[in-house]
Amino acid sequence: MSVQELEKEQAPKHVQLGLTGWLRWAWRTLTSMKTALILLFLLALGSVPGSLVPQRGVDPDKVALLYQQNPTLAEWYDRFQLFEVFSSTWYAAVYLLLFTSLIGCIIPRTATYLRELRRKPPAAPKNLSRLPHFASFESGLTASEAAWRLRKRRFRVVTGDGWVSAEKGYLRETGNLLFHIALLGILFSVGFGSLYGYRGNVLVVEGDGFANTVAAYDRFIPGNQVSAESLEPFSFQLSDLKVAYQLTGEKRGQALDYTARLKVNDHPGSPARDYDLKVNSPLEVDGTQLYLIGNGYAPVFKITDGKGQVAYEGPVPCLIEDKATMTSGCVVKVPDAQPSQLGFLLRFLPTSVPLTDGTYASAFPADVNPQVEILGAFSGDLGVNSGKPQSVYTLAEPEVLRKLKRLFMGSNTPKPLAVGQSVDLPDGLGKLEFTGVKKWITLQTSYDPGRMPALVAAGTAVIAIMLSLLIRRRRVFVRVKEGGTVDVGGLTRTEGNVAGFHEEFAEIVKVLSAGDKDVR
Amino acid sequence: MSAEQLAGLSDLFVVAAVLLYVFAMVGFAIELAFGRARPDRIAGRPSDGVAESADQQVTVKEPVAVGAGAGSAGDVVTAAGPLVASGGGPVDPSEPGTGTAMAGKVALGLAWLGWAANLAAIVSRGLAVERWPWGNMYEFVVAISFAAVTAFLFTQLRHSVRFLGPFVMVTAALGLGLAVKVFYTSAGPVVPALDSYWIAIHVTAAIIASGLLTLAGVAGILYLVRGDGMSRLPSRDDLERVAHRAIVFAFPVWTFAVIAGALWADRAWGRYWGWDPKEIWSFITWVAYAAYLHARVTAGWRGRAATIVQLLAFGCLLFNLIGVNVFISGLHSYADV
Ligand code: HEM
Repeated sequence: MSVQELEKEQAPKHVQLGLTGWLRWAWRTLTSMKTALILLFLLALGSVPGSLVPQRGVDPDKVALLYQQNPTLAEWYDRFQLFEVFSSTWYAAVYLLLFTSLIGCIIPRTATYLRELRRKPPAAPKNLSRLPHFASFESGLTASEAAWRLRKRRFRVVTGDGWVSAEKGYLRETGNLLFHIALLGILFSVGFGSLYGYRGNVLVVEGDGFANTVAAYDRFIPGNQVSAESLEPFSFQLSDLKVAYQLTGEKRGQALDYTARLKVNDHPGSPARDYDLKVNSPLEVDGTQLYLIGNGYAPVFKITDGKGQVAYEGPVPCLIEDKATMTSGCVVKVPDAQPSQLGFLLRFLPTSVPLTDGTYASAFPADVNPQVEILGAFSGDLGVNSGKPQSVYTLAEPEVLRKLKRLFMGSNTPKPLAVGQSVDLPDGLGKLEFTGVKKWITLQTSYDPGRMPALVAAGTAVIAIMLSLLIRRRRVFVRVKEGGTVDVGGLTRTEGNVAGFHEEFAEIVKVLSAGDKDVR
Repeated sequence: MSAEQLAGLSDLFVVAAVLLYVFAMVGFAIELAFGRARPDRIAGRPSDGVAESADQQVTVKEPVAVGAGAGSAGDVVTAAGPLVASGGGPVDPSEPGTGTAMAGKVALGLAWLGWAANLAAIVSRGLAVERWPWGNMYEFVVAISFAAVTAFLFTQLRHSVRFLGPFVMVTAALGLGLAVKVFYTSAGPVVPALDSYWIAIHVTAAIIASGLLTLAGVAGILYLVRGDGMSRLPSRDDLERVAHRAIVFAFPVWTFAVIAGALWADRAWGRYWGWDPKEIWSFITWVAYAAYLHARVTAGWRGRAATIVQLLAFGCLLFNLIGVNVFISGLHSYADV
């Protein structure tokens, strides 16, 4: 035999695990504590990009901005699903593995636990002085008396020939198992809620109404299992929005309270009820929640076209440009104007004050002296009917805008308009009149059938984790020796939170050593 | 007293608390510096305990406790087994000279005074603004410093942890200093979203947990700083035990804080969980501390590795507290920094 052959011979034979062997190995690895630990790390680590990269579900505008500014990077982000980390495949892989590991951990532990529950504490060791806690005293205490006193302290007790073995703190393991099961409960509730629930956003101007149908929403995010018919058929009318601001001091202009007064019809045909919708107090209609999440101004305009006809009349919701002063930018499109379409870029100043350089600015967020500044007025084809999707907050695409005729430009823009004032457009193209101020609110509705189960599971988790972490499993042994010497030994069965046991042990020794009458 | 006067008083109390903490730190440091050096592990004591022997390590803290406890029942206890035998312990860093012990005692008194000033600052601020005084970063950091000192002083009432004194004091003084210098916000009302009783529940829980976790973080850093062998610092086992105790109490509180936050979000924003940056980092922190609790019972991870996990988790907590408010914008951007 050559050396090589010899080595071959002696090399360990490749062990054939077979399919079941591999499966068993995989399962054991997956459910090991080390794997759980690593998966927990991965879960934490995987969440980090969710806070650093803008998320589609939270901040779609920022995602769009990134695509504009750095398309290459954005595409790479998208390739790794970094714009929707928490619904990405890789994130799901981590938490599904973790929860599989968790189930694989819970099942055998529950079985062990149930067996433990029925098992009696072990017999007392021979030499109790070897135990971490030990005391000895002379008294006439009998084993059965000791057992009785320990039982009174809610120990589970076994007695033998001159010895007592007692154990307590089973709730620790109960808590631990319950905690892990509750985590599963949270996961399932969240999943259930996202399948059968929906969320929607809508903007409503004072005086207008809203009926809960899919079509009425500006943005509607349904779960996979939500059908249009399942929406709760309520409706409401927004009477007005009241905003209170801080008037003095350093925090002048800070909003103190928002109250949106609604008239709500819970069902079609049911009588209207009044409801004051506030931040932190949503309206609930049959399990659907309605939240006040934003507000702003909607100045009212009346626009007369070149032919003398009223081509537009109504409020125009403006986007807030500066939160502190509620300076807002408005876009008015008048596709019905004749002979040519009209478009306006305006700035709304709730409390307008002239500055020394001749410009105007808003000094306070409330509408104390509302004025509208005309930044630009245009005539020509706005491209509204081109079939391309349009945003109500931009006048037109840059290439369209370039072709429009500018009616007001730079130095010839008129002074800001106060309520009731109007400005004639050049070339007899019409007239813009600022007739009043309304406010708008943005609302979010949400229906989530998983929120109550999630709450129950989360509450269970808190209580269970307290049991698990704060209760200790402990054993106390008593041996009554001949001549009336009583040995007491004690130990805790869980690492860590053992502080305090020696006080308890001392207390137990005290109770055991006390005379017949002095038993508490 | 007017609101402005109260607010001014509160600012003064904060300054007083910083000074008292600094003085206390000096006292504690003197005690530690001139106290006796100790080996990494006390002879005869098992290292990173196996379950059964773990309590031994705690009982040595008060070697005579069993005897004392039973003494009142008629002095019947005759032996305390290994409890006394393994003696020594972390107990008092200042056994040798009475001077150093004195410094420690004075420091403790100063720390309590600082604590009172810190409390007074919070209460007067609350009275000045007529709401719960944790509506912005400044108030929040002042409250967490207070919670960390409270955790330290109340632990000290039952177990001797004076060795942590210098480090807790410097942390609290730095926290308050940071609050005053960087995050200061004058007294005033909060935005409507914060105007809810949930602030009392959610933020209070977060503050308590953060205070405890800060204590654990301090102990964890000392664990890593302390070399093997003799050192004036307490043994690693003691440091790890203090950290674990604090986390065991803090973890359920933090869990509750996160859940209360979700309940509040459900009231205010129309969803209980939306992966807002602050929510993400609270979650990361929570998972990281869960990882620590797991690491402690995973073979090969006990001791140093678990401590590193703990400190990473603490880093997440700090980032959530400061980093998220300063660098990342989200719905939680009420911080006023
Ligand atoms: C969903 C992720 C998980 C979280 C958030 C979590 C959280 C926790 C927490 C906070 C504790 C501390 C309670 C205590 O020490 O008594 C704990 C303990 C424990 N966990 Fe998990 N866990 C998770 C998954 C798992 C998995 C997958 C396993 C199984 C491999 C597991 C096995 C254990 C065990 C055995 C303990 C008891 C440790 C002890 O006796 O102290 N956990 N878990």
